[in-house]
Amino acid sequence: MQTRRKFIKISSIGIGATAFAGGMAKWVIGANSPKNVSIGPNSLATLKPVPTYCEVCFWKCAGWSYVDEKGDILKIVGNENDPHCDGRLCPRGTGGIGMYYDEDRLKTPLIREKKSDGTQYFREATWEEALNKVANKMKEVKEKYGPEAFGLFNHGNPGAHFEHLLRAYGSQTNAEPAFANCRGPRTAAYYSTFGADVGSPECTDIRDTQCLVLIGSHIGENMHNSQVQEMSAAIDNKATIITVDPRFSTAAGHSTFWLPIKPSTDIALIMAWIHVLIYDNLYNKEFVEKSTFGFDHIKEHVKTMTPEWAYGITDIEPDVIRKTARAMAGAAPAVVIHPGRHVVWYGDDTQRERAMAILSALLGAWGKRGSIYIPEAVSIPEYPQPEYPETKWNWKDLNEGKFPLATMGVTTELLKASIPRLNYKHQVKAWLVAGTNLPLSMPDKKLFKEAAEAVEFIAVMDTMPMEVTGYADVVFPEATYLERYDFLRSAQNRVPNIALRMPAAKPKYDSKPGWWIGKQIGERLGLHDYYNYNDFSEVIDWQLKKLGSSLEEMEKIGIKSFPRKSGPQYIADGEDYKFNTNTGKVELYSVDFADEGFDPMPVYTPHPEPPQNFYRLIYGRAPMHTFSRTSNNPNLWDLMKENSVWVNPKVADLWGLKNGQKVWLKNQDEAITSFPVSVRVTERIRWDSVYMVHGFGHSDKKLTRAYGMGASDEEMITNIAVDPIMGGTGMRGNFITFLKENPASKMKEDKA
Amino acid sequence: MRYAMAIDTKKCVGCSDCVVACQTENNVPHGYCRDWIVETVSGTYPSLDLEFRSERCNHCDNSPCVRCCPTGASHKVEGGIVLVTHNKCIGCGACIESCPYDARYPHPEGYVDKCTFCIHRVEKGQNPACVSVCPTQCLHFGDLNDPNSDVSLALKDRKWKVLAPEAGTKPQLYFLT
Repeated sequence: MQTRRKFIKISSIGIGATAFAGGMAKWVIGANSPKNVSIGPNSLATLKPVPTYCEVCFWKCAGWSYVDEKGDILKIVGNENDPHCDGRLCPRGTGGIGMYYDEDRLKTPLIREKKSDGTQYFREATWEEALNKVANKMKEVKEKYGPEAFGLFNHGNPGAHFEHLLRAYGSQTNAEPAFANCRGPRTAAYYSTFGADVGSPECTDIRDTQCLVLIGSHIGENMHNSQVQEMSAAIDNKATIITVDPRFSTAAGHSTFWLPIKPSTDIALIMAWIHVLIYDNLYNKEFVEKSTFGFDHIKEHVKTMTPEWAYGITDIEPDVIRKTARAMAGAAPAVVIHPGRHVVWYGDDTQRERAMAILSALLGAWGKRGSIYIPEAVSIPEYPQPEYPETKWNWKDLNEGKFPLATMGVTTELLKASIPRLNYKHQVKAWLVAGTNLPLSMPDKKLFKEAAEAVEFIAVMDTMPMEVTGYADVVFPEATYLERYDFLRSAQNRVPNIALRMPAAKPKYDSKPGWWIGKQIGERLGLHDYYNYNDFSEVIDWQLKKLGSSLEEMEKIGIKSFPRKSGPQYIADGEDYKFNTNTGKVELYSVDFADEGFDPMPVYTPHPEPPQNFYRLIYGRAPMHTFSRTSNNPNLWDLMKENSVWVNPKVADLWGLKNGQKVWLKNQDEAITSFPVSVRVTERIRWDSVYMVHGFGHSDKKLTRAYGMGASDEEMITNIAVDPIMGGTGMRGNFITFLKENPASKMKEDKA
Repeated sequence: MRYAMAIDTKKCVGCSDCVVACQTENNVPHGYCRDWIVETVSGTYPSLDLEFRSERCNHCDNSPCVRCCPTGASHKVEGGIVLVTHNKCIGCGACIESCPYDARYPHPEGYVDKCTFCIHRVEKGQNPACVSVCPTQCLHFGDLNDPNSDVSLALKDRKWKVLAPEAGTKPQLYFLT
């Protein structure tokens, strides 16, 4: 039995137990007497609540920052009236204060300088210098190439402030990893099927569902707060939960059925489910007849796609396929086929999402209680400003005719357009980057590096010295979300609502809010008419008053709900509901896809399999972290310091790998991880795959806690399966093998 | 009155929100914790079982830590909550050794620290910080002697287990299975 809790706590109870969030430094008997019982519990102190909404992830839960008399932020608690969190923040939201206190934060503006011997370094600069430098470069690019040549990589609120700046300046050349590297295929698929996206937070009615189907979605490991809460409610309600995953995920552990599918074969399983629904007469006839287009096509299409056919492809037994299809039909229409979120896997991802949408349609699981509800968001009045100038070209033109159904910029195309040797018709010469750490959030590091080295100028805004700042000419230290005003949150939900974020403390160091940085650059470019205010609170107050509220009111309540204007959240029985598609109906046969020359109905295609001694790399989330952005947060680092590579015990035996052993990973293209990663021997992963949590293996030493902790899955993702429909970057076709010796020392030996 | 906690292992996802909420509520220094998550996996792929448990001091009825404390710093208060009076504690570590649940840690300021069931919140009618934050609502706290308390209602129709019953400590964390 362990008598002391160490870095990883091994419990005294239970077999094969692994514990998280343990940790102790040194036993300090007598070292610190007399006792210094200094700090009491925080809820006994006199604290002032200040409204905010979280920026640790994209769920943006509303909460209260609690501030003491000295002005220190002591804790953050969820807002009870917020449907995103129901008063309960997730570990990242609760630990969000670590973002504010992190001593590794960017502290002053930085400007890249060159010594006479050619070495480059960052010099601390004044805001005046840094802002002037960026504004001057923007003027220069505009004169030389036109404003469109200034591109933007953006995410979240910081990105939105720069998007406004670039639109006012004359560029719509922007892209965010959230589309082509994440949820883009889902948007294209659901639009083409139902004429509506599922949005964010996804309008899944999990709370009232009788059957939740998760295809690779790992709710509970992704802490999409209200969904985690609703899945918990579904467990209480005894809903059937069906999880399809090659890994025994947390959700799989809580499921009625776990289908341990062979990776990359999901489309075959879904088509077999569709086959069973149609040929066993289990589909929702009323909905199909009244509201869908192309039933005869799909019926003919899946004729031979039987459970027996799928068994040979997916490893899922025909009996299980039938049983789960019947469970769905029995619960219909109260079924949530969860559309997932990070869905760029194999390059045919839009088609897989289409298959899921078709499955939903056959169950009538749309617009009904317990399926997908019809969401509504508050439309925020636009603060007075001139129209944005017309652009000669925009992100769409970078696709040069490819990816017809892309609804947002494709990051990889923006990178390619930045490389002159690739001869794009429209070339990108400079970047702004805000709120996204491209080297750890995008696959194909080589492409990123070539593009970053090719462009004339890069300015980055972040709160932390993320890897992307290392490529910048100018770095802006942004204030954290706890220190700034931002746009009002207006996200879709069952009940439309808005949430306020306001500063709970003055920005630490010499950091500044994103809105201020954008405005300062805008003023220098003569764009004052787009920034007709002194403080962003004036914009918010103006908007709130138009909505019948005010800043004063919102400071007290943080979140405000409004009555729905678009009608009820469910479609009534017998209602003549018109879908926003070509045919006005739910398209089982996609007219759009047929017009663009894509398969109008999903087809299963086999994908490459791992060669001998290689294993498919599957990656995902841990509940305590948001990608690479939280790895250095002191509170969250304390919960999880590094990732591990999950290896099935059979594979571990074959390789002689032990739990906790450090290995380097090498992929099919000879890429090797910069840092070693611990092996976790576990039955929770298939023998043909390994699993890693994404976002670790930071290489910037300025991140003193996160540097070198764990390995970066992105380094192993060099093979990208591009989705021809919307430009998605399928990342699950990469295979790794283990290096038990440090490859760096091997290289030295070779040289000697 | 008998305070206790029920933890629903069918709902816990092991997210550690209870851990960080406790740390920020009780000013637990980085690197230490009063509650933690244990994950157990049993079986062979693909016939597997997975259990997450949010663990902390069991506030035992028969508490070895209180018995072995030479100064009376470890003591029990109304409702059965086991507490440590920090300025009476000499940091000898006997309680840490005696606890079968490894629930205590040496605070860098020189005393032993552990879960208090957030007695300061409970006295004000609030739930412990971990319970109030849990996104899956898998933690239920209250008075076992009150049949309508959250913990009594949670235990009513469910199977449960306690940890290390063989230690004879009469622990007061109930894990719903």
